[in-house]
Amino acid sequence: MTERGQAVESFGNKTYVVIWLCLLALTAATVAAAKLRFTDYAVIAAVGIATVKAGLVTTFFMHLRQEPLIIKIILFLVLAALMLIIGLTFSDVWFRYR
Amino acid sequence: MPAAELSENKAGHRVDYTGAKMGMWIFILTEILLFGMLFLLYSIFRFRYSPEFHSSATEMDLFLGTANTAILLTSSLTMAISIEAIRKGNKGLSMLCQFLTLVFGAVFLVNKYMEWGAHISHGIYPHSPQMEQMGRGKIMFYSLYYVMTGLHGLHVILGVFVIAGMLVFTARGVVNRHDFVKIENTGLYWHFVDIVWIYLFPLFYLIA
Repeated sequence: MTERGQAVESFGNKTYVVIWLCLLALTAATVAAAKLRFTDYAVIAAVGIATVKAGLVTTFFMHLRQEPLIIKIILFLVLAALMLIIGLTFSDVWFRYR
Repeated sequence: MPAAELSENKAGHRVDYTGAKMGMWIFILTEILLFGMLFLLYSIFRFRYSPEFHSSATEMDLFLGTANTAILLTSSLTMAISIEAIRKGNKGLSMLCQFLTLVFGAVFLVNKYMEWGAHISHGIYPHSPQMEQMGRGKIMFYSLYYVMTGLHGLHVILGVFVIAGMLVFTARGVVNRHDFVKIENTGLYWHFVDIVWIYLFPLFYLIA
């Protein structure tokens, strides 16, 4: 890309393949972990691993690091808002039906 | 946006790279909220009907689900490689990888079709007589399953068509090493669709 202000550097194909292998490994880990324990904590671990995978895809495949700061800010704000909405609603349900 | 970032492409149209990327990111934000609210519904009903959700999850096809996860992750890889290729001007590799991404997306949809077909043949589909007799928790599980994987599947179908369009653009040179923001945005959309599945997979298949 030759426009001014546009980051020319990007991750190479080798990096992409390494990240892809990490993603596959994390998927295998999630499936294995799910078969070991059936408790609710397994769900938290599964979602946690999923978040790590999503973070890898966002950082490396979506080049979030190279985007302008404003995009990182609004993405963070939306995710924070989502966490807040889900967290508060869920805690409301939890206390209501406990 | 600084004026120097505006330039003209070959056809003389104004090109605003930062604006284009920002547009797609903002669209992705709206999609995050859309799917996020469905995940909120999932979390509430999963909490209310925990045992039914656990038992219903055993009826999911773990192999197909895992295969679909691997397929979408690989399609993200080919998508990223295709963008890297056109960035370097390698039109052939880029088109090949776009085509592979398409194929992976299509295979995902075929798997989904088989999965849904199996459930439907067992009489589990919205408003079926069998479903009406299930307990409330199981109904909620399958409702959420159909809506969330269905909405996701629609996004995959749309993505496949857009990537096909990008393939044509790349072939014609509309997408080239100097102006490839269209395919970058397509990549952003496709990676987002992948991320949604990354969350859908453990919540429906791995909670048995």
